[in-house]
Amino acid sequence: MGRQVSAEPHYTLYHPRWYRRPVSVWWWLQNRAYTGFVLRELTSVFVAFFALVYLWQLRALVHGPDAYGQFLARMRSPLFLTLNTVAFLFVLVHSITWFNLTPKAMVLRLSGKRVPDWVILGLHYAAWLVLSAAVVFVLLRR
Amino acid sequence: MPSTVALAVARYRPERESEPTLQTYEIPFRKDWVVLDALNHVKDELDGSLSFRWSCRMGVCGSCGMKVNGTPKLTCATFLSDYLPGPIRVEPLDYFPVVRDLVVDLTDFVRKLQQVKPWIIRKEEKPLSEGEYLQTPDQLDAYKQFSMCINCLLCYSACPIYGLEPGFIGPAAIALAQRYNMDSRDQGAAERLKIVSEHDGIWQCTFVGECTKVCPKHVDPAGAIQQYKLTGATEWVKSLLLPWGAR
Repeated sequence: MGRQVSAEPHYTLYHPRWYRRPVSVWWWLQNRAYTGFVLRELTSVFVAFFALVYLWQLRALVHGPDAYGQFLARMRSPLFLTLNTVAFLFVLVHSITWFNLTPKAMVLRLSGKRVPDWVILGLHYAAWLVLSAAVVFVLLRR
Repeated sequence: MPSTVALAVARYRPERESEPTLQTYEIPFRKDWVVLDALNHVKDELDGSLSFRWSCRMGVCGSCGMKVNGTPKLTCATFLSDYLPGPIRVEPLDYFPVVRDLVVDLTDFVRKLQQVKPWIIRKEEKPLSEGEYLQTPDQLDAYKQFSMCINCLLCYSACPIYGLEPGFIGPAAIALAQRYNMDSRDQGAAERLKIVSEHDGIWQCTFVGECTKVCPKHVDPAGAIQQYKLTGATEWVKSLLLPWGAR
């Protein structure tokens, strides 16, 4: 919807000759905040990678114990150990930064007053801990 | 303390130049001067041909937004002393067409602001005889932050999305839409949501967050957009679950 600069600019009488600075392909290197933003966006590739490995694991599980054993052996290779460690760290970074943004998007008002950011954050982290503990409990149950 | 400081100002004179160039002026340094004072010194004493907008000199009118050393700033609230030893680079706001020197054209923003209907919408106006629409301090508090916007457009200049997608409604207009949504007297939220949840609305925002950082009035437009996304998503789920239309 933005007005396009026409290929053949012609001067309209009494109309200002505007200058439009084109946005450089390297706009994201112009300041540190933009660079940080683009890097954060790019590292979400690791989140996708984690999801794919998980799907692969489920597929191996469906194909029986042999297939699953093979999958586990492959995961023990140095390549996957490194990849998974890096991916895990980035998933952690994304989870934490995502959680830290929640008070921005969630505005709760209780009896007319805004619930402070730290309460919303705290509740999210608490829910995360409880769910993680529940998963650990289910996994370790004999 | 230096006695002078160099001010590198972007000049664009459409009758002479095809693109902006920097012109440097040596101006006296004074501790109590802001960049706008320096520009006015240039205009009054050194070069009367320099064009820029300003009015109130106290962060209320929103006219004097420019880029100072690459960051969008209100020049009336930006002290020279924070940029020593200089040179201090002053340029027009990014992503808006430059009319002349430091003056940009704001038509695009004004058009978008009108699109989001930034006024109180009532399904049915009550007659004057019934008096005004009352509001409690808590109800005022719910939207007051967003109502502080002075349309200075630093947030647009800080938003790379607006640069890359010129159709994007943008931070200030969406924050102002939210200002009316949160107003207890307003009944137009559904009408506005239809507009801001279109292609050029809230979903263009990828939460770079710079709009909030540069906002001189602490409006937090990035927060407004994320809150709007949550509302948009909730309404969408509601429309799936209650297709007969509960709104």
